[in-house]
Amino acid sequence: MTKQRQYIRTLQHHLLWSDFGRQVTTAVMAIAAALLLGALCIAAIGASPLKAYGAIISGAFGNTNAVAETAVKAAPLLLAGLGLSVAYRANMWNIGAEGQIFAGGMAAAVTALTLGTQLPAAVVIPLQFLAGLTAGALWAFIPAILKTKLGIDEIINTIMLNYIAVLAVGWLIQNPLRDPSAGFPRTSMIPEASQLPIILARTRLHVGVLIALVFVVIIHVVLWKSTLGFKIRTAGDNPGAARACGIRVNRVLIISMLISGGMAGLAGTIQVTGLHFRMIQDISGGIGFSAIAVTLLANNQPAALILSALFMAALDVGANTMQYQADVPVAVVNLIQGLVILFVVGREFLYRRITRRHQAFSEKQEKLSHAAEGAKEQ
Amino acid sequence: MWEVLASTTFVIGLLQAALRTATPLLLAGIGELYGERSGILNIGLEGIMLIGCLFGFMTANMTGVPALGILAGGAAGIVIALIHGVLSISLGVSQVVSGVGINILCTGLSLTIYRAVFGASYSDLPRAPGMTPVQIPLLSDLPVIGTLLFSQLPLVYIAFALVPVTWFVLYRSELGLKIRACGEHPMAAETVGIHVARIRYLCVVITGFLTGIGGTFLSLGLLNFFRDNMTAGRGWIAIAVVIFGRWKPTGIMGAALVFGLASAFQMRLQAIGIDVPYQFLLMIPYVLTMLILIVTYGRSAGPAALGKPFIKEQ
Repeated sequence: MTKQRQYIRTLQHHLLWSDFGRQVTTAVMAIAAALLLGALCIAAIGASPLKAYGAIISGAFGNTNAVAETAVKAAPLLLAGLGLSVAYRANMWNIGAEGQIFAGGMAAAVTALTLGTQLPAAVVIPLQFLAGLTAGALWAFIPAILKTKLGIDEIINTIMLNYIAVLAVGWLIQNPLRDPSAGFPRTSMIPEASQLPIILARTRLHVGVLIALVFVVIIHVVLWKSTLGFKIRTAGDNPGAARACGIRVNRVLIISMLISGGMAGLAGTIQVTGLHFRMIQDISGGIGFSAIAVTLLANNQPAALILSALFMAALDVGANTMQYQADVPVAVVNLIQGLVILFVVGREFLYRRITRRHQAFSEKQEKLSHAAEGAKEQ
Repeated sequence: MWEVLASTTFVIGLLQAALRTATPLLLAGIGELYGERSGILNIGLEGIMLIGCLFGFMTANMTGVPALGILAGGAAGIVIALIHGVLSISLGVSQVVSGVGINILCTGLSLTIYRAVFGASYSDLPRAPGMTPVQIPLLSDLPVIGTLLFSQLPLVYIAFALVPVTWFVLYRSELGLKIRACGEHPMAAETVGIHVARIRYLCVVITGFLTGIGGTFLSLGLLNFFRDNMTAGRGWIAIAVVIFGRWKPTGIMGAALVFGLASAFQMRLQAIGIDVPYQFLLMIPYVLTMLILIVTYGRSAGPAALGKPFIKEQ
């Protein structure tokens, strides 16, 4: 074997034959395919794909402010996505992060408006996070209990609760909690003590971004280094086996949904206390749905979520620049995000195929070496 | 106030609106029934409906013929549904994930195509010729029920006619037997020589077509224009309708009518200015879905192999 071939073999081995390599390679291929198809669509409407993608990149990372905006956009995606990855590991299809964000944001806003003038920041800010976490978890508890006690599909219920949460918040900020000085529904501004500190002057980069990163570590440890995480993963992969091992599956499923909803609630909290400083109808801007894409792209891996949240956030932040520089409608970004998900779904298939080929190859090698040994002995 | 609610014109108007609101739910619900009976769960209905809505509108806007719009909406629905078909039947990946992807894709796709074709101007809203009501001779002259039942838009008749047709197909035809076999026990079906994948593809195409024309009912029937996310959750409600209707054509019709009635009532209460916050009225269908699922729990009769990938052993 020449050196060159050996090199290719080693590369192939790292890219395709280690599990991690397969995950990364297929994910990159999925994104590349989605971007390529997206480029074709941009060309089809008569714009330059290169110019459009260039505009997205410069819009998302071109200067300090752009990077800060991308990070601020990625933080709630990351928090909600972390929660979803826990639920999805348990095979609980929580489509309700959007509603849980609204519940958490509303609770944080109410806490800030009632306590923010009386308590110092060091007390009220943790309380706001606690309120957001609890409200999001409670909103997720409803579909969780309906699933485990009555066996009602969680997908439908989480979706219905999205609409209910959005409408309930709409009523709250229009009637009892309305800012009397505003012409449209929104709450008053939260007191200064309640607002999250800015960590980079002249940008909107707030401390919530760091908190999101801390939670990456926490969720990673919970999912991979704790008994609870083991129970969650087992209950999701094989509920029958989990039950046989004495795991109380229903309890584990409920806990996974509570974590999921709580994290989405935190995403709502930082939107209110770090970015908008009040509850508004457009507090989420579809983060709850984008977070699903972020989670699927990261294959439910907390660490990979950082990259996939940044990717999706960069698309969103760069979209406006793309619109005015390359004259491509912002909606193209949604199109690319949808394509990414579908290719990532397809990736599951590619991943399985490569794994199977690898197994077949190893078995063949093993047989050959056995045969060689047998021949030697004779 | 109560006199208004009890008046004949109010009740007739309410029922008429209920029939119209129920129609897209019924079309998509019957479509989803075929898919689910064959074992394919498609939670991408919302996206498929939106695409049907857009292509129906565009075609009618360009050709001036609403009937062509309906067909185009159905065809666009088939194309999107086939993406789900390839992923879930041939590649055997998670049907839930694929459906979620389709919804996000279709939101972006519909907005992109609409902006590319019509521009971003909101002042000069493009319109399309809508469907016109078809009077059934003699029957439409009957008092009260004549206007209610027999002078409706063509898709309303088609949707309700699909109920007995679907019942016949599913329970009295060989094809229906095959479809149900694929949904209950694909392995056994394959053993007796049924091409599970072929039957499932057929059902996915039916889901796409009916959901697509359900979408055209919004942009060519209820209204004569297209706007962002026009379906507003109807695709999701159609999935709830299938569950609430116990995977039976008549049950789905009943469920669609309940939703139609709730939504029509909500709109009418707003119109006569009853002092209930509109957010609570808009919540009715969503809360109702959950309540109905809770009340009818445990009695669900879903296909046994629903949502489970089936790849033939080589």
